[in-house]
Amino acid sequence: MRCERCEREATIHEVIIHAGKKRERHLCESCANNAGLSSDPHMPISKLIASFMLGPDGADPDEEDAAVQPSSEPIAPDKPAVRCAGCGLTYAGFKETGLLGCPGCYDAFGARLGPLIERAHEGGCHHVGKFPRRALRDCRSLGDHDRVEVLLGNIREREERLDAVRKSLAKAVRDEDYERAAMLRDELGRMSDLLGSGIADGESGASGLGDTTDTEDSPA
Amino acid sequence: MSDAPLPTPGQPEPDAPTPQTPASSTGFAQEAEWLRGKGDNSDVVISSRVRIARNLSGFPFMTTASRADRLQILEVCKRRLLGLAMGPGQRVMWVDLHAASADERDALVERQLISRNHAKGKLSSGRGSSDEPRGVAVILPEERVSAMVNEEDHLRLQSIRSGLALDECLADVDSLDDELEKGLDFAFHQRFGYLTACPTNVGTGLRLSVMLHLPGLKMTGELEKASRAAHDMGLAVRGFHGEGSEADGDFYQISNQTTLGKSDALLLRELNDEIVPTMIGYERHARAKLFGDRRDATHDTVARALGTLRHARLLRASEAMELLGLVRLGIVGGLITDVPIERVHGLLLGIQPAHLQRIAGRKLAPRDRRSVRAELCRGRLSVG
Repeated sequence: MRCERCEREATIHEVIIHAGKKRERHLCESCANNAGLSSDPHMPISKLIASFMLGPDGADPDEEDAAVQPSSEPIAPDKPAVRCAGCGLTYAGFKETGLLGCPGCYDAFGARLGPLIERAHEGGCHHVGKFPRRALRDCRSLGDHDRVEVLLGNIREREERLDAVRKSLAKAVRDEDYERAAMLRDELGRMSDLLGSGIADGESGASGLGDTTDTEDSPA
Repeated sequence: MSDAPLPTPGQPEPDAPTPQTPASSTGFAQEAEWLRGKGDNSDVVISSRVRIARNLSGFPFMTTASRADRLQILEVCKRRLLGLAMGPGQRVMWVDLHAASADERDALVERQLISRNHAKGKLSSGRGSSDEPRGVAVILPEERVSAMVNEEDHLRLQSIRSGLALDECLADVDSLDDELEKGLDFAFHQRFGYLTACPTNVGTGLRLSVMLHLPGLKMTGELEKASRAAHDMGLAVRGFHGEGSEADGDFYQISNQTTLGKSDALLLRELNDEIVPTMIGYERHARAKLFGDRRDATHDTVARALGTLRHARLLRASEAMELLGLVRLGIVGGLITDVPIERVHGLLLGIQPAHLQRIAGRKLAPRDRRSVRAELCRGRLSVG
């Protein structure tokens, strides 16, 4: 296959799935380097972020259409820059460094950040694993349900997270990767206990999250 | 606030530095524990390292934190770290990096206790300077567990051990994390998990890495293939000193890239049970060729490397690393029998600029380092 930018042989093949749309690129080593798709193992992390999170050309995939607009058509000058109320960082400022300004930036830039994070983490979009145990215990013992929701999310969000793990578990079983399935089953059990118990504590009327492990499909 | 040295149940150590003492030659054992060359699969795996990133809730990240914020974050974390309960004979050494000399900071980098950026006071974006308020706590005498304060994230907890010991390292940082969390509120998001300045670390904030010695793959020309396979498995491959460093001596660090969507246990399992054993298998297979069909040629190569180290008068760090890597291969393969592997590992650290100066007991110009380095190698590897 020929490089799509020159006549050389394409040796780097990239597939990006963004917002459900698949896009392929086939480049030679030199054009790939120019496009920021370096295979250099010593690439500094800041460059990696630029090429990996902000798109291969340093462009935010969300803004690709805007990026190819002719310069005579400036992008909506009256549109206020997206800014985090907590620290004042703008989204453009984040793109410059690849670093966020404060915990609040994750919510302030959530809509644009979510797909980028998902891409950087190979599809991972919900945290699975450890959580701050003492903080959660304190909130629960004080009956601070708002804070518990901040830590664990609301009912719908919790259900989404459990569902994501259930799907991974089902996939592992389908793939006959039983060791992985066993780990996911244990993880699901832990999450069900954690996320379900908050609900049982009376944060909401919904229930039923505590006994959702699909033992039928799980390996013995 | 408790800045006093931690009580050390057990025997007092007369030369123990106070927590405020910057790293100096009295602060560390001669050789780092993680370079002992012991542990599981230590023919290929030099060391294992686990690091987690945490930020305090209620404070901005380092990117936008004011100097006052940074000082307060430093104070809060330092107090908590110095208040940790220690096991018998253990103590916490605290180093204020903004007050330490460049040589002291470099020695900490060479011992892999702090990152290069932390030594310089810089973020990955390049911003920052050496007077940024920041520090590191190291649990002695093992020098296995450490905590960087005000690096790119407020806290980066690390454990490093010899051989393949990722599960033990994870247990170390997990328990340190739990201890710290008893008195600190960490920034945590219901969807994104532990929040970090760089979104590539968000979620578990967990980075697992192993340093592998892969001279077999290099000499049989299969390294590129293995390296690409590692990349395809979503891993980062770097040199001896981590990000941006060259793989002198055929030492490579591989680590996970994703931190969100997989639990700590799953990330550990993928690297520990699947990827690392595969790489070890490739390397052993390549070595079997070198020690089998190509035994004479391999013996010649490693013996020449040892000969050079025993007789050279001037040595650059990269050349010395290359030669030490070959000698290590010779020892593991039974071709070199008169040099203990620990001595080679000791030299991997000793030949680095800051350690070389500590051993020499004086500041050395780059030009003088070559002769002192060669002298050190001659002395440590001499016959008899």
